[in-house]
Amino acid sequence: MSTVEFREVGKRFGDGPLILDRITLASEPGDFISIIGPSGCGKSTLLRLVAGLSPVSTGALTFGGRPPGSAATEVAFVFQEPTLLPWLTVDDNVELPARLRRLPPGERAERRRKAVALAGLDDRASFYPRQLSGGQKMRVSLARALTLSPGVLLLDEPFGALDEMTRERLNEELLAIQREQRWTAFFVTHSVAEAVFLSNRIVVLAPKPGRIHSEVRVDLPYPRTAETRFSRDYQDLVAGTSRLLRSVAASH
Amino acid sequence: MPRRPLSLLLPAAIGALMVALWYGVHAWLSEDQRFLLPTPDAVLTAFREHGPELAHATLNTAEGALLGWLLAVAAGFVLAVGLSLSPLVRLSFYPYLMILQMTPIVVFAPILVLWVGPGLRSVVIITFLICFFPLVVNTTQGLISTDRNLVELFRLYRAGRLQELWRLRVPAALPYFFTGLRIAATLAPIGALVGDYTAGSSAGDGGGLGFQTLIYSSQAKYPALFATAAVTCALGFVFVAVVVALSWAALHRWHDSYERPDV
Repeated sequence: MSTVEFREVGKRFGDGPLILDRITLASEPGDFISIIGPSGCGKSTLLRLVAGLSPVSTGALTFGGRPPGSAATEVAFVFQEPTLLPWLTVDDNVELPARLRRLPPGERAERRRKAVALAGLDDRASFYPRQLSGGQKMRVSLARALTLSPGVLLLDEPFGALDEMTRERLNEELLAIQREQRWTAFFVTHSVAEAVFLSNRIVVLAPKPGRIHSEVRVDLPYPRTAETRFSRDYQDLVAGTSRLLRSVAASH
Repeated sequence: MPRRPLSLLLPAAIGALMVALWYGVHAWLSEDQRFLLPTPDAVLTAFREHGPELAHATLNTAEGALLGWLLAVAAGFVLAVGLSLSPLVRLSFYPYLMILQMTPIVVFAPILVLWVGPGLRSVVIITFLICFFPLVVNTTQGLISTDRNLVELFRLYRAGRLQELWRLRVPAALPYFFTGLRIAATLAPIGALVGDYTAGSSAGDGGGLGFQTLIYSSQAKYPALFATAAVTCALGFVFVAVVVALSWAALHRWHDSYERPDV
């Protein structure tokens, strides 16, 4: 149902250079797919295609057989920046997607309550964004993305600006939420460790033009916790994937 | 609100210094030139003497200023929304807006009197013309300066154009709008006075501070002229105070221009 399928997808902006070249990739429901690769390999562009924020140039991109934008499946996006409306409280920011979709007030409040609780923001509900720390703002952004119960969640380096402790805690919470809600995730990151911890699949892109270099399967058992990071298998996977990424970057 | 004694004392001290300087210059002038700079107490006496007619004129000018200002806010907002639609619309309209702003009111006033007659209507239109420009320019700038990421967020959730306008562009433009509103608030009483001076009418007790200015200068009542200037100034302060209060109410909880509350 929430299958995202890329078939030979190419992307260029206007007459510019090719950004993405013949991307072929299909997600299974519940997949957590991380996308890594050197800077400028089109990772963010790939997410924007799935979000329908930008059209594909060649090839086909479908959601359960339908083009993005028209699909029944909700797609939510978590940007690099928290991207909150500064004049709205945490509650109102989280409720925004439901408001824009003109859901009835009762359902709006219900969805908002659930998302706020899920993101651990109950005691911050009436705060304004400027009263929050960087980690808390990102939680609000995440809660807002979850409000409409998306089938696909796109995350573009959401935790890149946070300190390591906060990032690790949010990684753990993100996985816990996914176990509960079963959305498919496409997660762009620069951190191999983060990709290994979160994903069951890691797609490595090569740059200029962006194309799929290889895919790493991460068979670490779920649920993954803070303990997972100390396991031998995890550390081997991080080391192996780092080496792979380095070789991709070196060959260009 | 000033919290430290220094923030109260210092402005008061500077005020006292300026009054002292005023008396000093008055005393320094030769006997036959002193009428050029009446002393503060002479101005106060003029207030007592002309109190009722000044109060009446102030009310008339305040009415013209308020109506012209409100008209400019409403029309300025609507035009700003239109201008924010596309660069092409802005390119097409800005030259004519500039012409409107560059046209000297004093030249325009006699024409206006021919069109709508002297009195309140002319005063309101002149005030409107003076307040209009800063409101339009600031509000338009605010409406087109919306954070690109937030616009994308709205596109992602397939928000309609009206939703994007009311839920995103207008709130984001509020700080700019209030900047325009504040500039217009300082201009409104002056605009109404100039309007009254050039296109006013005393018919039916309709004369304002501009009309009093004409009378006092023709009668060489210089202390009364100073009193008129002071009253106009006070009227401007009232307008600005209202805007400052509105702006505080709309922005202090979320905008960075106000002190951050402790977390």
